Amino acid sequence: MRLDFHEDHRLLFGTVLAGFVALSVVVAVAPAAWLQRAVPPTPGSRPLTALEQRGLDVYLSEGCVYCHTQQVRPLAQDTTRYGRASIAGDYARLRPTGPFHPTPRVLGTERTGPDLSNIAARQPSAVWHYLHLYQPRAVVQGSVMPSFPWLFEVRDSASAGDSAITVPAPYAPTGGVVVPRESARALVAYLLALRSASLPSSSSAPASGVVRETAAPVATPTSTDDGSAWREQGAKVYASNCAACHQPLGTGLPGTFPPLAGDAMVTAADPTRHIETVLFGASGSTIGGVRYTSPMPAWGATLSDADIAAVINHERSSWGNRAPLVSAADVATIRAQGGRRAQ
Amino acid sequence: MAKSRVDERYDTDQRLTRLVYAYLATSAVWLLLGTLVGSYLSLKFIWPDLGVAPALSFGRLRPVHVNLVFWGFASPGMLGLALWVVPRTCRTALASHRLAWIALALINLSVLAGALQLLSGITNGAGEFREFTWPVMGLFAIALVLLTITLYRTIAQRATRELYISNWYILAALLWTITLVVIAYVPWIQSGLADTVVQGYYMHQGVGMWFTPMSLGLAYYFLPKLLNKPIYSYSLGVLAFWTQLLFYTMIGGHHFVFSPTPWLLQTVAIVFSVGMLVPVVAGTGNFLLTMRGSTRSFARSYSLPFILIGVVLYFVGSTQGTLEALRSLNELWHFTDFTVGHAHLTMYGFVAFLIWGGVYALVPRLSGREPSHGAIGLHFWLSVVGLTVYVGALSIGGTLRGLSWLSGAPFIESVQLMAPFWLGRAVGGGLMLASHVVFAWNLWQMRPATVREVQAVTDVVALEAHVA
Repeated sequence: MRLDFHEDHRLLFGTVLAGFVALSVVVAVAPAAWLQRAVPPTPGSRPLTALEQRGLDVYLSEGCVYCHTQQVRPLAQDTTRYGRASIAGDYARLRPTGPFHPTPRVLGTERTGPDLSNIAARQPSAVWHYLHLYQPRAVVQGSVMPSFPWLFEVRDSASAGDSAITVPAPYAPTGGVVVPRESARALVAYLLALRSASLPSSSSAPASGVVRETAAPVATPTSTDDGSAWREQGAKVYASNCAACHQPLGTGLPGTFPPLAGDAMVTAADPTRHIETVLFGASGSTIGGVRYTSPMPAWGATLSDADIAAVINHERSSWGNRAPLVSAADVATIRAQGGRRAQ
Repeated sequence: MAKSRVDERYDTDQRLTRLVYAYLATSAVWLLLGTLVGSYLSLKFIWPDLGVAPALSFGRLRPVHVNLVFWGFASPGMLGLALWVVPRTCRTALASHRLAWIALALINLSVLAGALQLLSGITNGAGEFREFTWPVMGLFAIALVLLTITLYRTIAQRATRELYISNWYILAALLWTITLVVIAYVPWIQSGLADTVVQGYYMHQGVGMWFTPMSLGLAYYFLPKLLNKPIYSYSLGVLAFWTQLLFYTMIGGHHFVFSPTPWLLQTVAIVFSVGMLVPVVAGTGNFLLTMRGSTRSFARSYSLPFILIGVVLYFVGSTQGTLEALRSLNELWHFTDFTVGHAHLTMYGFVAFLIWGGVYALVPRLSGREPSHGAIGLHFWLSVVGLTVYVGALSIGGTLRGLSWLSGAPFIESVQLMAPFWLGRAVGGGLMLASHVVFAWNLWQMRPATVREVQAVTDVVALEAHVA
């Protein structure tokens, strides 16, 4: 028998099919089967609770994955923003839960919005997430994220057990209160479960990963410089980490996130409480007679002393605030004193 | 120069004409719906609070857009042309019309059911192109199996000794895609990062082993046919075929460069992405060398310009894909809108333009009805200008966005800087949508005569003969 691809269609298409199957096994099936068997979940991670799993279903149904990745690449542009690089074990707990319940695909391929692998560490406030889902532009000016009002219902008044959210005036419904439905509670529970488990090699960094490296090693005011170095750094750190809640102009959101412009703690001559609050976080504070239930994250876990000093100085010298500035050394001193939670 | 009329009329039986036309017509309907959704989505980047309802939200309509265009438009579009090209090049009749009609019904059923599921939030885990749930994709796969049987039997009973290269590509694409769907949907390799490896493999092969070889197979028929000369080099076509199989299969991992998938797998994907230059240069070179010296044919044909754009953008899009796989450029472009521009450059600039070239080349010769040359020109220029604006805006905007991320600026700045480019995309997309309306109109103008009309003509001829 002559082997002639041009004339023997059986030989041709048999080779074409067998070749493709063989290559597919090499490049997809075998590596996939191996990964599935060999990679255990990252130590320190935990399975999702039933509510969080339900939230992951909402995440997939609503197509969040088309605009948000959950993969932090081992590149400076990613790790400085989102925390430690993702590892295979971070996904090992994702699996199909039934014949009509396929594998959640969360890695994503596009970042119209930021990466969410570690969103719970950056944004641990459930209140913020509810408001952001209800109307993204109420908390982030310039956001193009869709709003998801169908995850909420508007009721005449909040009954016992409802956790109504405070929506800023331009976006609030004309009457009644906005209450998250079960789907919103599940989705927010899922988002708040997205926290990169810390790896043994980065144990020097508390809680949630890598201490960020600053572009300027010593971005701290001294008596001689004009402050331009830390000014730029402070504005950048503020925009990336603080503006989502406290807003770009330090106005806060009435009743939800406290203002920084004109705030007593920010303008106090003694910066100790200000530094403590940024380093160790706060929750349940009453400021100017208003009680804020939304927790403030402990930024000491992810920001360096120089970054914290820069952002504190940005807050102390912007929006009409004229308070004495601090140095990275001040921050280091208070960090060393340990984690008394600011009240 | 004025375009010349088609004066050739293929002597094909009405059954095949109607079958081919049905494939192309449903393809045009899904194209209109799919790009209507796409254009609507592009407006949401300008007015994020436009149309707030679950079924109108971006997260649900985005996969609807992609799947309608993939499985609803491009697939039956290519298959309709293939159903004509395969019997023609084999000099025999299509083995089974029945199976081909059933396949068309299954394709339409699966696209409709899949779109409705996605609108109601039912998705197969939201992996790109793999959003249809397995029962829906199963219907589609059965359709592909039926068509494979039909075309394979047609090839087996061919009247020619040698098998023309178009048939290599067309039947191989069917075999590869059925394999691909099976591997992508088997439940045993779907946990954790295993699923991502399969997704990378599937999402890229979906383009590379289905749309690419099908369109190339069609180009290997229509280009020499329209130029009335043989393809420049048959051997180059064969070389491109085998290297396509060998290299393209290996490169799916390049969608997950820098992800936690195994580094070796990513490197293999990058190496073979560079290797893809071999089939791309061989294929494009072959087409361009076939075109050489035929300037006059291009000026006088209204279908050849579509094929020229398709061939050129096959080269540009594929080369772009190779560049984007390189780690240094991947760091800049990955995750940005650049990728969306790239996807449209290839799927639209390459695949859709070749389908249109084939449609304008074939349908007038089947039905004897020709659309207005002005309207074909309008279709051509609206889609060329629309695509240029679209891809230009997203490529520039995507690059600037990548630079913004590299500079460490706050994320929201990278969102705000996209505003003019997203506007550009909406404008370009609007022109593309307008061109599809013109295309649908043109296709309607080319519709074959109905059975009753044919009967009427026959009666008149008979009557005249009787009178004479």
